[in-house]
Amino acid sequence: MAENKESAFSKVSADKQDQVKYTAKDFASSQDVRWCPGCGDYSILAQMQRVSPDLGIKKENMVWISGIGCAARFPYYMDTYGVHGIHGRAASIATGVKINRPDLSVWVASGDGDLLSIGGNHFIHACRRNIDIKILLFNNRIYGLTKGQYSPTSEKGKKTKSTPYGSVDFPFNPISLAIGSGATFVARSLDRDAKHLQAMMKRAADHKGTAFIEIFQNCNIFNDGAFELLTDKDTKPDHVLVLEHGKPMVFGKNNDKGIRLDGLTPQVVDISNGQYSINDLWVHDELDKNSFRAHILSRFDEMEGLPTPIGVYTQVQRTTYDEDFHEQIEAIKKQKGNGDLKKLLYSMNTWEVK
Amino acid sequence: MEKGLLELTDVTVRFAGDSGDGMQLTGSQFTNTTAIVGNDLSTLPDYPAEIRAPAGTTYGVSGFQLHFSSNDIQTPGDEPDVLVAMNPAALKTNLSDLKKGGTLIVNVNSFDSKNLRLADYETNPLEDGTVEGYNVIQVPLSQLTNTALEDTSLSAKEKTRCKNFFALGMMYWLYSRPIEPTLNWLNVKFKNAPEIKAANEKALKAGYYFGETTEVFTTRYEVKPATLPKGTYRNISGNEALALGFIAASVKSGLPLFLGSYPITPASDILHELSRHKNFGVRTFQAEDEIAAVTAALGAAYSGALAITTTSGPGVALKTETIGLAVMTELPIVIIDVQRGGPSTGLPTKTEQSDLLQAMFGRNGEAPVAVVAPATPAECFSMALEASRLAIKYMVPVMYLSDGYIANGSEPWKLPDVDALPEIEVKFRTEAEGFKPYLRDENLSRPWALPGTPGLEHRVGGLEKANITGDVSYDPENHEFMVRLRAQKVKNMENDIPELEVRGDKDAELLVIGWGGTHGAISEAVDRARNRGLKVARVHFRYLNPLPKNTGEVLRSYKKILCPELNMGQLSKILRNEFLVDIEPFNKIQGLPFKSSEIENKIDSILGGNNGRK
Ligand code: SF4
Repeated sequence: MAENKESAFSKVSADKQDQVKYTAKDFASSQDVRWCPGCGDYSILAQMQRVSPDLGIKKENMVWISGIGCAARFPYYMDTYGVHGIHGRAASIATGVKINRPDLSVWVASGDGDLLSIGGNHFIHACRRNIDIKILLFNNRIYGLTKGQYSPTSEKGKKTKSTPYGSVDFPFNPISLAIGSGATFVARSLDRDAKHLQAMMKRAADHKGTAFIEIFQNCNIFNDGAFELLTDKDTKPDHVLVLEHGKPMVFGKNNDKGIRLDGLTPQVVDISNGQYSINDLWVHDELDKNSFRAHILSRFDEMEGLPTPIGVYTQVQRTTYDEDFHEQIEAIKKQKGNGDLKKLLYSMNTWEVK
Repeated sequence: MEKGLLELTDVTVRFAGDSGDGMQLTGSQFTNTTAIVGNDLSTLPDYPAEIRAPAGTTYGVSGFQLHFSSNDIQTPGDEPDVLVAMNPAALKTNLSDLKKGGTLIVNVNSFDSKNLRLADYETNPLEDGTVEGYNVIQVPLSQLTNTALEDTSLSAKEKTRCKNFFALGMMYWLYSRPIEPTLNWLNVKFKNAPEIKAANEKALKAGYYFGETTEVFTTRYEVKPATLPKGTYRNISGNEALALGFIAASVKSGLPLFLGSYPITPASDILHELSRHKNFGVRTFQAEDEIAAVTAALGAAYSGALAITTTSGPGVALKTETIGLAVMTELPIVIIDVQRGGPSTGLPTKTEQSDLLQAMFGRNGEAPVAVVAPATPAECFSMALEASRLAIKYMVPVMYLSDGYIANGSEPWKLPDVDALPEIEVKFRTEAEGFKPYLRDENLSRPWALPGTPGLEHRVGGLEKANITGDVSYDPENHEFMVRLRAQKVKNMENDIPELEVRGDKDAELLVIGWGGTHGAISEAVDRARNRGLKVARVHFRYLNPLPKNTGEVLRSYKKILCPELNMGQLSKILRNEFLVDIEPFNKIQGLPFKSSEIENKIDSILGGNNGRK
């Protein structure tokens, strides 16, 4: 009995190939989008809807899960399956969906409070397990929906309604946290960089395992301009380092600056004055199995003078939790034979009353 | 030496010793053998919360009580007839329970000055009159075990550890039980440790022969098989029965079983048991915390599993918000609460029924769920099927209230005819035409539409939804409508569950009501009172929400109502509030089950005069 329905599910994934042609519009639900005008979330939604037709996933096989917060409204606007869950628990709801139905493409939309504060535990454990879900962090470094309290990614000293004298706690570094928790795909992008964001979304979709993208997202109501330096076209080149696999780390308005690794310490060098050349620069290797280089990259944010890297920090292959989970079940079925209820009940120390 | 053989109908034995003495093992071996012999039985394991409390202390004492009989029995027995005390601490904590004039078997070797001091005995209780009035049998258990194992290569410590098998063998002889079932068990258990196996075998046999040859036992006892209804039986604990029940529900519904769980006493055994049966396609997920366990179950339910989560009271507290989400999203999950003593961490290894109000009301907002409670260990099986059926049919979360007493206790279980178990009907929506996520069927249930089904893409969530369309709605009228609808959905189940069955005297003056694990103690107490000529009736609630349809009618038919509960009167509160009837609560909150004599005495005192006799 159980067999019939399970095989019906696997059929769904099997005919993934014969794709229907979608447009971005097919992924837009009928619901009115209710974010504040000018909010960075609009761009993230638009990019997701734009790339979705190219992901090779039937829309009935896509599931969006969220918790609570501005970002968490995301599933209502995607015309796919979706659960708008409770605060912080998107990753664990998604985990349940994916374990039960590995044939589905499961996505999480979450904010910095949702994913890293109340939901921090589920986030690190999803990364640790390498369950095949995609997690988008809309990081605006503030609580939006509750009207402007500091968040676990707000900089120390942040003045908000709940911290009128400035916050006294240090923020999380989400990229470091993801790498440290064993995530197999870790990337960062910007709400204002449509092309780059689309590319990262596509890469995440193609990755097998937990894929994490931190998206710097402007909350123009409660934390406007938090990432202006990184998104303004005048300041961006000198403050953002675009990571590309196999390429030396070059940045700057005139591509005149680069990153050199001095032992384990990254330093910015000038490659225009003849002292250093492009050959001296750190060449990005996102496939490096040892995560310590990716970890150094993730610490740029805390280091004076270093640019903020965007792009793929690391992508490594590990078997996924859902894969191993079901392989084990299949192996046990093979070894023991499919469960027989009668045998199970009558197998142990029984006796007859005549 | 020629010994007398005395036939008994009913015996209660308690093994008590240090946590490290293997008393749970000894008790469960004696139980299995007793089951195979064909007695009716009921067990009560009682162990400390600490895994290895310091040896010899009173708080490290672990006990196992077994009641067996040639008659039908309901409880593990009020007072043991026989107490096996492996050390002074076990004697100290258990002696007061032993029946006056009962048999006390002690390991006299352990009554040395160190152990006496650890148990806070100033003088040796075997010598100072403490055990006067009991039939005391002093056996040098440690010494005899060591002698029996003299020619093995085991260390002194390992030899001493075999003494529980010596005690077991001795008890097998005393109650005329075969040793073969335990020998078989040793063969399997210590397949890869032949020396340990051989030593335990030797100790078991030595104990048995000791019984035969020693002069301290003058009589041997026999308890004939009980006349149970025809069928195939096995002995089963509540947790095991529960796990098997959900596997059966998975088979009968055709849905994969998904368990999201986080280890917690006394529910972990369900996780262990289900994890062994992956060849049934069972998906057990040991989550990072209680919340992840239930949210993963919710995700699994959304995507088409028979989804359950197992926990105890503190875990339910953490799962509360997600249960509310399941109410709002109208998804079928079963939340199993194996209740223990609370509040907070409370008494993790002891039983209580104090989560009823939590199960009923412990959520923000108006968030009704179905609540069911099995009455005996074996009933945990059928209730699993029933909880699954209700959750799926009504798209409603179901709270399943077990408790430490029935979860760990065991009884003979007449195995069901697997083919005759009813199928659980599952209707997945596949038709895209006219689909709305909150459409209603005749039971007010919404369609179960699985991801992967083309054309049914939809979103569910915790925000209030408009009926039918499922769109987010802040409309005041709609909210009130939906709150009432969710309540009505649960209420509708009353047409789909059995009515209360009154047992006992139709013209009774007193009705005794109970729910869950107190069933055995209550029915035994009522039976005894009736045998003494008192007019008493009883009903037992297995459905707490909704209540059986005839509840009001039954309650109003009796002048007096008594409600024994292992809490401060939670069912009494619910029933009084609902039916405006007078109910006398009878409460015990000691982490221990009721003794039937306690309830019987209460019945007597209510019915008054001449010990209740007319
Ligand atoms: S509060 Fe901020 S994050 Fe939320 S919708 Fe408005 S602009 Fe966007």
